[in-house]
Amino acid sequence: MGKRDYSLLGRDARRALETGLAAAAWYHSDVPRKEMKALMAREDRPAIRDTAILFGCMAAFAGLGIALWPSWWSAPFWLAYGVLYGSAMDSRWHECGHGTAFRTAWMNNALYQVASFCMVRNPVTWRWSHARHHTDTVIVGRDPEIAVMRPPEFIRLIANFLGLVDAWNGWARMALNATGRLDPEEATFIPPAEQPGVVRVARIWVAVYAATLALAWAMGSILPLMVIGLPRLYGAWHHVMTGLLQHGGLADNVTDHRLNSRTVLMNPVSRFIYWNMNYHVEHHMFPMVPYHRLPDLHARIRHDLPAPSPSIRAGFAEMWPALRRQLRNEDHFVLRDLPPTAQPYRPEFHATLAGNAG
Amino acid sequence: MTQWIDACATEDIDAEDLIRFDHAGHSYAIYHSPEGRFYATDGLCTHEQVHLCDGLVLGHLIECPKHNGQFDYRTGEAKRSPVCVNLKVWPVKVEGGRVFIDIG
Repeated sequence: MGKRDYSLLGRDARRALETGLAAAAWYHSDVPRKEMKALMAREDRPAIRDTAILFGCMAAFAGLGIALWPSWWSAPFWLAYGVLYGSAMDSRWHECGHGTAFRTAWMNNALYQVASFCMVRNPVTWRWSHARHHTDTVIVGRDPEIAVMRPPEFIRLIANFLGLVDAWNGWARMALNATGRLDPEEATFIPPAEQPGVVRVARIWVAVYAATLALAWAMGSILPLMVIGLPRLYGAWHHVMTGLLQHGGLADNVTDHRLNSRTVLMNPVSRFIYWNMNYHVEHHMFPMVPYHRLPDLHARIRHDLPAPSPSIRAGFAEMWPALRRQLRNEDHFVLRDLPPTAQPYRPEFHATLAGNAG
Repeated sequence: MTQWIDACATEDIDAEDLIRFDHAGHSYAIYHSPEGRFYATDGLCTHEQVHLCDGLVLGHLIECPKHNGQFDYRTGEAKRSPVCVNLKVWPVKVEGGRVFIDIG
C-alpha cells in the first residue's frame, strides 16, 4: 500500500469510499439472539458502584494532596488522583458515550459530560468521532481516532504519555470552538444541527478554566490547577498505555475486528481504570454489550477469536517491535492467528494480507 | 394502495424484542412491545444502514447495534444521536396469530 494519507479529506478517504471499505459489512461471531440479548441487558448497579468508588477515591486522593501541599509527601496522592482524572475518565467518556454503562440515560449523560471535560474532548464532537471509529475502525482516511499511524511517530506517542500532544490539541480545539468555529475535518462528521452544541460546550469549558486560573492567580499557587487541568497531563499515562494496545501494530483497512483489534488480559486495577476495554475485539464486534458483561462475552466467543495477550507487558512485547519495523516498512503488521475452532477470515477482504504480515 | 403481507407468527417475537423480515428486496424490523402490541419499521438504521434486528429493544425504543442511536419504533422518530433521520413506519395488523404488514 505504501504511503498512507490519514486525512479525512484526502486520497485514502476517497479510495475507501470507492473500494467499499467505508461503512462495510464487518465480521461478527455467531451468538444466538437470546444470548446476545442477555449480554446486552443494561444495569445501573455496576456503574453506580464503580462511579462511587471512582469519585470517592478522587476526593480522598485530592484531599490528601491538598492537605500535604506543597510537600513532596503529596506527590503519591497527586499521581493516584491524576490517573483517575487523566486515564479512568477516558474509559468513562467512552462507555457513557456508547450509552451502555448505566441503564438510566441521565446517568450516562452526566458522567459523559464530566469525563469529557476531564479528557478535554468536546462531548458533541467526540460522540460523532467515535461513531465513525466504530463504522470504519482503522480504515485509513475514514477513522478519525487512529492512535498509531504508519509510520509511527514515536516522539508523539511517548509525549502523549504525559498528554503533551492530545491535551494541548484538545485545549486548542476548545479555544477555536469557543470562537464559534469548527475545524474543517470536524465538520465532515458532525451534522450541522449538532454544531452549535460544540460551541456551547467549548464556551462553558473556557469559563471553568478561566475561573480555575483566576483562583490560582489569586492564591499565588498552582494548587487549583493540580485539581483541574494538569491531571490531564500527569495522569494520562495509563490510558495511553492501554489505548495504544487497542489497535497498535495490527492490520489496517480490513473489516474483521479480529485482525485489527487486540484483547489483553490485565490486572484488576488496570481493568477498573480501563473499565474492561481490554476486551477490545469483543467491544468492537458487539459495541452494545456493557463493559461489565465483556468478560462473559469473551468467554462466549473466545473460540472464534485470536488468543488474547496474557498481560500488558506481553501486549507491548508484540506491538512495539512491529511499530519499530513499520518505520522502515509501513505495510508491516502483526497478523493474528485464529484458533482451529474459529470461523475463517472472509477471503474477499483478507486474501492479500498474508504477504504483508511478518 | 393497501398490500398486506404475512410477515411472521406472533410467537416468533419475544416480548420487548424484534426480528428481521425481508421481502422483495426490502428489509423490515417487526417489534413486540412490552404491552403486547406489534409494530414494523424499515429494518436498517438510517445512520449507517446496520440491521436493527441485532439491536436492543428498551421499552418503546430500538437501539442500533453499531452506534447506539435510538428510535421510537412506534413513530420511527430518531431519539438519540448519532441517528438524525427518522425510520419509516409500516402499518401492522394481527390476525389468527400472524403479523401482517401493509407495504402498499
